[in-house]
Amino acid sequence: MAKVGVIDYGMGNLRSVEKGLEKVGVRAEICSDPGRFDSYDGLVLPGVGAFGDAMENLRQRGIDKAVMDYVGTGRQLLGICLGMQILLEYSEEHGRSEGLGIVPGGCLRLPGVVKVPHMGWNVLEPVGDVPLFEGLNPGDRFYFVHSFYCAPTDDSWVIGTTDYGLQFACAVGRDNVWGLQFHPEKSSLRGLEILSNFGKMVEAAA
Amino acid sequence: MLAKRIIPCLDVEGGRVVKGIHFVNLRDAGDPVELAAYYDREGADELVFLDITASHEKRDTKVKLAGLAGDEVFIPYTIGGGISTLDDIRGILRAGADKVSVNTAAVNDPSLVRRAAERFGSQCVVVAVDARGRGDGTWEIYTHGGRTPTGIDAIEWVRRVEELGAGEIMLTSMDRDGTKLGYDIPMTRAVCEAISIPVIASGGAGNLEHLAEAIEQTGCDAVLAASIFHYEEHTISEAKEFLASRGIEVRIH
Repeated sequence: MAKVGVIDYGMGNLRSVEKGLEKVGVRAEICSDPGRFDSYDGLVLPGVGAFGDAMENLRQRGIDKAVMDYVGTGRQLLGICLGMQILLEYSEEHGRSEGLGIVPGGCLRLPGVVKVPHMGWNVLEPVGDVPLFEGLNPGDRFYFVHSFYCAPTDDSWVIGTTDYGLQFACAVGRDNVWGLQFHPEKSSLRGLEILSNFGKMVEAAA
Repeated sequence: MLAKRIIPCLDVEGGRVVKGIHFVNLRDAGDPVELAAYYDREGADELVFLDITASHEKRDTKVKLAGLAGDEVFIPYTIGGGISTLDDIRGILRAGADKVSVNTAAVNDPSLVRRAAERFGSQCVVVAVDARGRGDGTWEIYTHGGRTPTGIDAIEWVRRVEELGAGEIMLTSMDRDGTKLGYDIPMTRAVCEAISIPVIASGGAGNLEHLAEAIEQTGCDAVLAASIFHYEEHTISEAKEFLASRGIEVRIH
């Protein structure tokens, strides 16, 4: 049975991601040692907090490079919330910080015409036919908490959008790399369905 | 568009839900985790656990509850009740809670709000405000579960904690709490107009019309209720359908 590692780099709520995966029958384990990434069939990069702090923590622990190597092996990676933002090239949060740069583009502040942070349940509009979103229904809502949003410069990365002050990419993905701005582990049954789909994708590739 | 949120509140004492909840289809309706999981399945958007345990073991009971809830609850949940230090907050968030609510401790030392927001992020710092009308169109905040007057004006207070970094206000009307007469509309509206962070209306919900009324007339982002759900007068789905029929955006699942 495939096993998913939930990366612990000192940022945010790991336990809920681990519990969410377990709830849908995916073996999951919290892992802070990049030397062990190779033993997992898939990785989840969670995260709550500031972009710059997160990147700093990743670099200090050598996790940034380990994640890039891991993605290079073709295995599945899912970034959640800040873990999605880090997939991009940079963020404008507190000046400018460099990200992993897997997804071209940057993270920008939500416009002031709406309450920031964007906190609550909003609609995911899938773009195209995405295995991660199999079984979802039009109008399904997911739980968001964020002040910055991802703006990929290459539209082919965008697999889902949501509307809050502007239409933005709340989900990106290609090949074996996926990112969700909302929290599937906090989005009740529909969110668990996404985690289950991720588990199936990991299982299929294992 | 963001959906308006419906938030059941569970009062917990010594690890048990209080207020005599009776659900026929739960094995143990006194178990806060089982009840919370039930509300999650029913479509609640968020949950609030208010620990009213009056003892020095309070901190441990909250950390334990935060951890147990995380096993079964897959919507955001807030834990509140007697939280007074950054260590308390850290322990509860680390155990799996998404937010903490602070009340008396924030009034005693407002810098707690700033320090918590800087350390853990505004999104997880909810300031619970218990207020009562002065009879002249203004409201005064109370601490210690609504027992102790403070002389502080509610509008000034919410503006201040917003500046300090609070992520959300949980506003309870002490005049309406437990009356089932509906939320305090003028107070909730005044608070919503004074600040730009989300406001959860609380205190007085007796029927579904009250939920709609608060959302339509005050600009609040969420409505908190206890007895109308706990006593199975209405299910969460009924509440959602009712609000949707009024043209209010809600999450139907």
